[in-house]
Amino acid sequence: MSEKVYTGLYRENRTLVGNGSCGVMNSLREDALAALETFGLPTKQLEEYLHTDIARWFEPDWGMNLGRVRIPVGVSDRFRCSVPNLSTLAYYLADDRFVASDLSQRTSLADGVIIGGLCEQAGMFPDTIAEYYGKLADMQRPGIAALNTLFAQDGFVVIVPDGVTIEKPVQLVTLLQSPVDMMVTRRILVVLGRGSGLKLLVCDHSADSRNYLVNQVTEVFAGEDSSLELYDLEETAHTNKRVSELFVRQDAGSSVRMAGVTLNNGMTRNSAYVTLAGKGASLMLDGVAVVDGSQHVDNLTFVDHQVSDCQSDELFKYVLDGEAVGSFAGKVLVREGSQRTVSQQTNRNICMKRTARMFTQPQLEIYADDVKCSHGATVGQLDDKALFYMRQRGISESDARTLLMMAFTDEVISRISLEPLQQRLRHLVERRFKSGSNLCEGCQICK
Amino acid sequence: MLRIDNLHACIGGKEILKGINLEVKAGQVHAIMGPNGSGKSTMSNVLVGHPSYEVTAGTVTFKGRNLLEMSPEDRAHEGLFMSFQYPVEIPGVSMTNFMRAALNAKRAYQGLEPVAAADFLKLMKQKREFVGLDAKFMNRSVNEGFSGGEKKRNEIFQMAVLEPSLSILDETDSGLDIDALRIVADGVNRLKSPETSVIVITHYQRLLDYIKPDIVHVLYNGRIIKTAGPELALELEERGYDWVIREFETAGK
Repeated sequence: MSEKVYTGLYRENRTLVGNGSCGVMNSLREDALAALETFGLPTKQLEEYLHTDIARWFEPDWGMNLGRVRIPVGVSDRFRCSVPNLSTLAYYLADDRFVASDLSQRTSLADGVIIGGLCEQAGMFPDTIAEYYGKLADMQRPGIAALNTLFAQDGFVVIVPDGVTIEKPVQLVTLLQSPVDMMVTRRILVVLGRGSGLKLLVCDHSADSRNYLVNQVTEVFAGEDSSLELYDLEETAHTNKRVSELFVRQDAGSSVRMAGVTLNNGMTRNSAYVTLAGKGASLMLDGVAVVDGSQHVDNLTFVDHQVSDCQSDELFKYVLDGEAVGSFAGKVLVREGSQRTVSQQTNRNICMKRTARMFTQPQLEIYADDVKCSHGATVGQLDDKALFYMRQRGISESDARTLLMMAFTDEVISRISLEPLQQRLRHLVERRFKSGSNLCEGCQICK
Repeated sequence: MLRIDNLHACIGGKEILKGINLEVKAGQVHAIMGPNGSGKSTMSNVLVGHPSYEVTAGTVTFKGRNLLEMSPEDRAHEGLFMSFQYPVEIPGVSMTNFMRAALNAKRAYQGLEPVAAADFLKLMKQKREFVGLDAKFMNRSVNEGFSGGEKKRNEIFQMAVLEPSLSILDETDSGLDIDALRIVADGVNRLKSPETSVIVITHYQRLLDYIKPDIVHVLYNGRIIKTAGPELALELEERGYDWVIREFETAGK
């Protein structure tokens, strides 16, 4: 019932919300209000939310920065999310506010590329952005898209026109920083025109250990024959809760490669809804989580093969220590007529201790007969035989464990195409394995 | 080098070793033979500190130190090496990373800096050639997809790199054809020196055609029931184990 608090809050602050945002975003708020009233926030009674009590996360009386009070952010000090040997076009979101970026880097971009703050760009290209904004995020069901659309006041947009490839990876750094506990509503819109290309790296950080609840909705349109790589790295704090919904629509011949990496967080729920809407589209959807203590990571994926000749390949791996809880629920739907679909889904997990828990639920629903679909899920421990073999060769038990865990997660990391990012992730994962729990307080920002 | 006194050990509450006595001097090659289930593999696993086995009585000293108090990795650092009967596959850990970790762990134990990259590559090349392992193996995961012969050669390769003072070859001949056996045995022979010792654990005599033992022991029902010179191996090959067992049981009565 916590949605009532939010619908009430919106009614009282309609003008304030609108004034702090822009026309394109404001135009969907009344629809969002109606949807939220109808469907509410997801509760544990719903199968999709069995292991993560989203509605409860929203119960506390979260503060929101609807009045757009400027929280000072020392961008150059705080945003030190560097990937050595990887030169990027960097953009910043402080909480849910776009931070004006270095304009000089935009001059290197091809004509027609729209990139920057959602409202900033909507001011210049309202029609283009309105064509896409809110068109994929499904509000007509229990989820967070309606709440997000109701309160989101800013975010990030990148629109790549037909035939253009942005060679340099684009990096979006999001930073949570506030003098008080806060709920942050973020919105990301990515549009790839026909035959275009983009590599986008989203780095999610928090600068302090305040309680944050992040509600993030990302919409991705991958046009015909476009190529997108989207990497999402979460490096926040134990006090952080994040619920994100990602909606992707792939047209014919498009290729999308995505990976989510959760190393430091509090509680996270990521939902990815991918629609393969055009023939010959291919999707690679990966995730890796290395968690301990009381960390919680829940990934849900839904891949909808709507037409024939598409491919989807999912690989999710978790390493859980301490009392961490992990969940993976993956559904692949192959609709009638979606012949020659090739789909593979794999979820492998290691529980280091008995106190760590993993829930995995692969689901395949197939209504076509000429398909190649497979799925597999395992939950296990590190291989004792391998551990002993290594120790007999003089490798200490802890180093042997680290080597085995690195090998386990590397299957996902090695599928990332950006070599410097691979290296950076290997470094972060190794540091994560060596640090154990609680050592990451205060070092959330990669240094 | 190694001295075992009255060693008793069990696994899962079942006593397997029932009072082993053995002394291995520097430079010696000992063969431990015996029928299946006599405790040969238990003995090697206890010596390298496998956590599944529990020592219930007895002492083992290695180079004057109490071996049983040491962790498996420290036993390795002190110079104890076992060639596994079933070398373990470790998906995702490359041979290069594995060997570097092992070598650097040993160097750290000795108070040395990690090996320099160029020196490491040189050492790997030299030792690979020693057992005829192709360079491509170094980029592959440890033992993954290796043939039976390649796995055993890989064991000897690791032995050559780590330069142990006491090597235990646990059924190294099992699953090897004659050519592979010769390569493996040749590697072991070339690593022999007056300062190093070898314990060859085997069911069959054939490995001993290539690695000549100084002393041959027969292990039966958790005890060493006969010790003699290399001629014993040949006799066992001809006559089997029954006569030794009968001889032992008669003597017991």
